Amino acid sequence: MSYYFAIIGTQDNPLFEHEFGTSKQGGDGQAHFGEQARHLNQFVLHSSLDIVEEVQWTTGQLYLKVIDKFFTSYISCFMTGGNVKFLLLHQPNATAASVPGAGASGASTSSASRSSTAVGANPTSPQTEEAIKNFFYEVYDNYVKAIMNPFYKVNTEIRSPVFRQRVAAAGRKYL
Amino acid sequence: MASSKASRLGEEVWKTRMDKVNAELVVLTYGTIVAQLCKDFDSDYIEVNKQLDKMGYNIGLRLIDDYLAKSNTMRRCSNFRETAEMIARVGFKIFLNITPTVTNWTSDGKQFSLIFDENPFADFVELPDDGRAQDELWYSNILCGVLRGALEMVQMQVEAHFVSDVLRGNDTTEMRVTLIRYIDDELPPEDD
Repeated sequence: MSYYFAIIGTQDNPLFEHEFGTSKQGGDGQAHFGEQARHLNQFVLHSSLDIVEEVQWTTGQLYLKVIDKFFTSYISCFMTGGNVKFLLLHQPNATAASVPGAGASGASTSSASRSSTAVGANPTSPQTEEAIKNFFYEVYDNYVKAIMNPFYKVNTEIRSPVFRQRVAAAGRKYL
Repeated sequence: MASSKASRLGEEVWKTRMDKVNAELVVLTYGTIVAQLCKDFDSDYIEVNKQLDKMGYNIGLRLIDDYLAKSNTMRRCSNFRETAEMIARVGFKIFLNITPTVTNWTSDGKQFSLIFDENPFADFVELPDDGRAQDELWYSNILCGVLRGALEMVQMQVEAHFVSDVLRGNDTTEMRVTLIRYIDDELPPEDD
């Protein structure tokens, strides 16, 4: 299970990105994206911003759950009150979608992992939704603290190493 | 005044006579001031420290009257040690609701440290990571100026500066205060 997390500002500008892997079920906490997939992830997240705009007014919730899917990559979204988007790309099986265009093999592995009960194995299961929700809320908490820093200019890149540590810690805790 | 009595006085004044304000308002307002100074002086942190001290000095000149009126202690401290206790247990308590620890006295009783366990100005703050702010900027330097200004109005010339700050990665936030001299009441110049 690999995750790619990004914060997108109000002008669709990236503010922060972080890659990590699952720490549950003996995961090593490292992301196992293929070299090509790592570049692709940014495009996938960016393209899902259109979907965010479609769904953001439908629920009235901050947490929008899984909003988009690209082969085996699922994208969950969380909107802050200030229209900043937290996007989390999660990939149940790291090898399946590491090569763009490996659609057929990707589909078969993802259906196989449906049967697993591990958190994150099934991206649309209530457990996974709940785990991601907790992750988002913890990051939101820390994000608010980060933007309260007087030396941080709102809607610019978040460079704080403390914030990165806290995001990593939230990832370890919930995902 | 015994230190426990000073603590009680500080507590009572803070509870009954002080107007309270939202802590985050303070954090953000002060933070904005410091950040704007850093911008205006092009990240010349030495100059920012000076400006903060100057602003604090002007605050201190006025704040001392408020302090005397609210705490109702129209009485001179008998020595500098008592002054230090009153600063920590009454002054800081009623204006910021913190009680820094008075410690590290020199043997002549003219120099002490205030250790701040908490600093209401510094919540959420991370110093800029430009490699210099960590070594040059004293984020809460306004407090030094406040002490200098306030004590000057009660005939004490002091020098105050920070020696460590948790924002810089130190273990404690410590301010060193030195009494330079008691200012003698000067007679007005005679008209002859």
